[in-house]
Amino acid sequence: MASSTHAPRSPGATVHRSPTAPPQSFVWTRRVVLTLITVFTLVPVYVMLSSSLKPLSDVSGKFSWIPNGFSIRPYVDIWSTIPLARYFVNSLIVAGTASICSVVVAIFAAYSVSRYRFRGKRVFTVTVLSTQMFPGILFLLPLFLIFVNIGNSTGIDLYGSRGGLILTYLTFSLPFSIWMLIGYFDSIPKDLDEAAMVDGCGPLGALFRVVVPAAIPGIVAVTLYAFMTAWGEVLFASVMTNDNTRTLAVGLQGYSTQNDVYWNQIMAASLVVSIPVVAGFLLLQRYLVAGLTAGAVK
Amino acid sequence: MTATDTTSQVPQAAGDDVLKSGGARGRFPRIPDRIRRGGLPYLLLLPALVLELLIHILPMIIGMVMSFRGLTQFFIRNWSNAPWTGLHNYRVAVDFDAPIGKALLHSFYVTLGFTLLAVGLSWLVGTGTAVLMQENFRGRGLLRTIFLVPYALPAYAAIITWAFMFQRDNGLVNHVLHDQLHITDKPSFWLIGDNSFYALVIVAIWKSWPFAFLMVMAALQNIPRELYEAASIDGAGLWQQIRKITMPSLRPVNQVLVLVLFLWTFNDFNTPYVLFGKSAPESADLISIHIYQSSFDTWNFGSGSAMSVLLLLFLLVVTTVYLIFTSRGRKTSDG
Amino acid sequence: MRRIRAAAAVAITVSTLAGATACGGGSEAGGSNESPKTLTYWASNQGPSIPADKKILTPELKKFEKQTGIKVKLEVVPWSDLLKRILAATTSGQGPDVLNIGNTWSASLQATGALLPWNAKNFDAIGGRDRFVDAAVGSAGAEGKDPSAVPLYSLSYALYYNKKMFADAGIAQAPATWDELVADGKKISKNGTSGKWGLGAEGGNLSNNIHQAFVLGQQHGADFFDASGKPTFTSPGAVAAVKQYVDFMGKDKIIAPGNAEYAQNQSLSDFSKGKTAMVLWQAAASTFASQGMKPEDWGAAPVPVQSGTPGKGKNVNSMVAGINMAVFKNTKNTKGALQFVKFMTSTDEQKLLNKAYGSVPPVTAAQSDPAFNAPGVKVLKDTLSNSAAPLPQVASESQFETTVGTAIKELWADAAAGKAITTESVKAKLTKAQQQMTQ
Repeated sequence: MASSTHAPRSPGATVHRSPTAPPQSFVWTRRVVLTLITVFTLVPVYVMLSSSLKPLSDVSGKFSWIPNGFSIRPYVDIWSTIPLARYFVNSLIVAGTASICSVVVAIFAAYSVSRYRFRGKRVFTVTVLSTQMFPGILFLLPLFLIFVNIGNSTGIDLYGSRGGLILTYLTFSLPFSIWMLIGYFDSIPKDLDEAAMVDGCGPLGALFRVVVPAAIPGIVAVTLYAFMTAWGEVLFASVMTNDNTRTLAVGLQGYSTQNDVYWNQIMAASLVVSIPVVAGFLLLQRYLVAGLTAGAVK
Repeated sequence: MTATDTTSQVPQAAGDDVLKSGGARGRFPRIPDRIRRGGLPYLLLLPALVLELLIHILPMIIGMVMSFRGLTQFFIRNWSNAPWTGLHNYRVAVDFDAPIGKALLHSFYVTLGFTLLAVGLSWLVGTGTAVLMQENFRGRGLLRTIFLVPYALPAYAAIITWAFMFQRDNGLVNHVLHDQLHITDKPSFWLIGDNSFYALVIVAIWKSWPFAFLMVMAALQNIPRELYEAASIDGAGLWQQIRKITMPSLRPVNQVLVLVLFLWTFNDFNTPYVLFGKSAPESADLISIHIYQSSFDTWNFGSGSAMSVLLLLFLLVVTTVYLIFTSRGRKTSDG
Repeated sequence: MRRIRAAAAVAITVSTLAGATACGGGSEAGGSNESPKTLTYWASNQGPSIPADKKILTPELKKFEKQTGIKVKLEVVPWSDLLKRILAATTSGQGPDVLNIGNTWSASLQATGALLPWNAKNFDAIGGRDRFVDAAVGSAGAEGKDPSAVPLYSLSYALYYNKKMFADAGIAQAPATWDELVADGKKISKNGTSGKWGLGAEGGNLSNNIHQAFVLGQQHGADFFDASGKPTFTSPGAVAAVKQYVDFMGKDKIIAPGNAEYAQNQSLSDFSKGKTAMVLWQAAASTFASQGMKPEDWGAAPVPVQSGTPGKGKNVNSMVAGINMAVFKNTKNTKGALQFVKFMTSTDEQKLLNKAYGSVPPVTAAQSDPAFNAPGVKVLKDTLSNSAAPLPQVASESQFETTVGTAIKELWADAAAGKAITTESVKAKLTKAQQQMTQ
């Protein structure tokens, strides 16, 4: 990352500003644009926060920037209106497992495409790309049918289980993950793993001892991407889960019932469940940035 | 041109592989290649292949079969009883003089307009912000974190909050536009009527620009500083540097980014569904919602599948053309 | 070579596929008694939240287990997912044994053949068909066919009004006809200048639009479907009904324009806050309470009619709303499922459950309980037994809700934007809706 980015502005080097110092017009454009964008980004977050602190009868009232009254009851009630904790754990398990598995599968596939010549490679990459285009609606019911049939014939319960959802989400993020990792692996000099193979590692040894460590940032980036894909998906989760396996994305809808919509609790719950994710993002941001770079560009 | 040195490897990266992966890799060592040629590459691909076949390809084929059948509620219990109707579902879907085809075409245009606007603006905001933040300044880290927040909030929560803000009588948007700034002479509707299209675009941009920002920001880290220094010694101003150095270097990442954003936005289901419920206003009747309605709400899965297949074909054509076009353009510019 | 391989792959895929679709459905005969000791039950979300439902139902399920030794596995399914889950279950044959369905879905689900038909024998197993209110059984399937479910909780519409707002405007009693309602509404909203409004509506809620249009349609002598099940959305009666409803906003100006976009029960919060004086709703008492309104602040009256008093035929003033209980045909415990339905529709359970949910028991014997003569509930009960009619029981009911509901939603948007609502514009929207039905 670019903290050392800039040509140093050593005072003695030139009388004028350093050659690449931004002109005033640029600084002002930057200030104005970034302020606008920050406002655009944060306004909904502010609305969530302020609404989450109001009693139900106030939330549905006219919006005002400064709330009239505060109540932290919503933050207490969210846990009993729906089994929020269970949904949260489900989401973590599903999104966590799906993203890790997706990346592992993608690593193998990307390594194969990046390092070998074989027949059908082109068909494979094109097919993988094209799966990004499927409208979800087209295969929701067929997929459900397949899961149930697998369940009936093998006894492995995919429908209603976290396993089924994990499998589904895994494949959702797989195409883009493979795509990105191919690019990333290509950027790692082949000499490295060839050397490892000469030293007696098998191809898998070379993959895990040389290529994967060199690609850690990209792998982290792909994992995060896969995690977010699974974290937010609604349509499949609404059909494929039951009360025990329901994920947050669907579960949050439980705050709106036939006659009541608990706006304040929806907002409170959304903020609460987002905190760990945002925190995770913060921790991994450094890798994410570096990873995307290499994956996409090199 | 020095600028091209950094990007000249790119054709081997992501996008291009798809087009001409196959035989282009003569530089691999021959010995391991020949030995392993038999099984290993396939073995490595196997998990991905099985999963794709099982979860994507097979259901899609079933979906395609469905589209040739009159799969209404009378038959969903036992699909094999549904009558074969040949191209009937397709004929209904593309009969643009009849109400159903007309509605589909309308929905298609709306989606196209929505996608172009949302992707274009998301890309613009994302790229613009990333370029502005290329240099270090105070608060850069904080801003970067803030900008990732829309990406981390659960989609349902974020969109329902927007719906909350777009309410006519009690929402923030009208509070600001009407009560505080007095721009409109009466409160406007955002969730019904013509404005709903813009509401949809705004939410879509809010949701997807951070992704564009991330990708571009990442790509910018790879541009060697020397390029800028060299350019500035040659007398190029900052804006010129952005045009001459930054933008060309972003080409490869943009190729991937724009395509992915396009596909996601075009198929976006969550945003309209949470924002408008199961019947979107005419001006914001996205195709994903339209197909959902044509299959789930009317229980006619045959017809819904036919529309999905048409959509898939369209996206395939667009993607192919896009990839050929952008790859060729890049090659010539790279020299 | 490559061609052959590709062909082989296709062949394998297709044969897998054929296998998959062939065993898609369940056994046609339906039902067995392979696992007599357990049942799975999908309950709909009736209470203020899903855990609240579980709290209400679990002790009853325990009671049932004690009586019969059958363990019931309960899952409360949110409304947003219920129909999708049922469709998926129908498609795959893998579903619950017993489930709740919205009664307007009865005929649609009946057409799929996934639910156990309630013939005389099955009804006998739960104590007979005549234990139930007629109108409620009428909402459980197409006419002339065995019902696909039995009524469990019944509801009907009432006109809820704010007593203080009525008193302030000098209105002595709740309106009995629409003309009176409009006149009262105008006293309160004063053409939209008072900041208060006469009536609330949920313009973005398709089902609610349909419910109101259906009742007004009945009053105008329109059925929306003819005897053979063909849509007749554009009949003069239907057009007049829809126009009358939307005119409350466009012409009479007793509904606030903002209501055109309401779909999250905002009209109820407006009512609780004293912004609107009247609202047409089913069993809204608990919602008012949760939004801080006291029981003495509001009153409930029968929904108005065109003239005269509520009754059958043209004086119908509510749809039969409610929840039915169905048995999935693929159940592996038919006998237990019937026992469970019998238990849930027994007089005692009916009293207890309907009290808990603020609904009306569709079982006649249970209605005698004094709890159902309390002011708010009595209106619902009387409406249900005297002047409610089931929505059209046709297989395409769900399409009807979507297409006509959307048409009305668009008309609300027009009215709110100040566009004139004419007989022609209403008819045009309904024509479009009808054309989308004929697939």
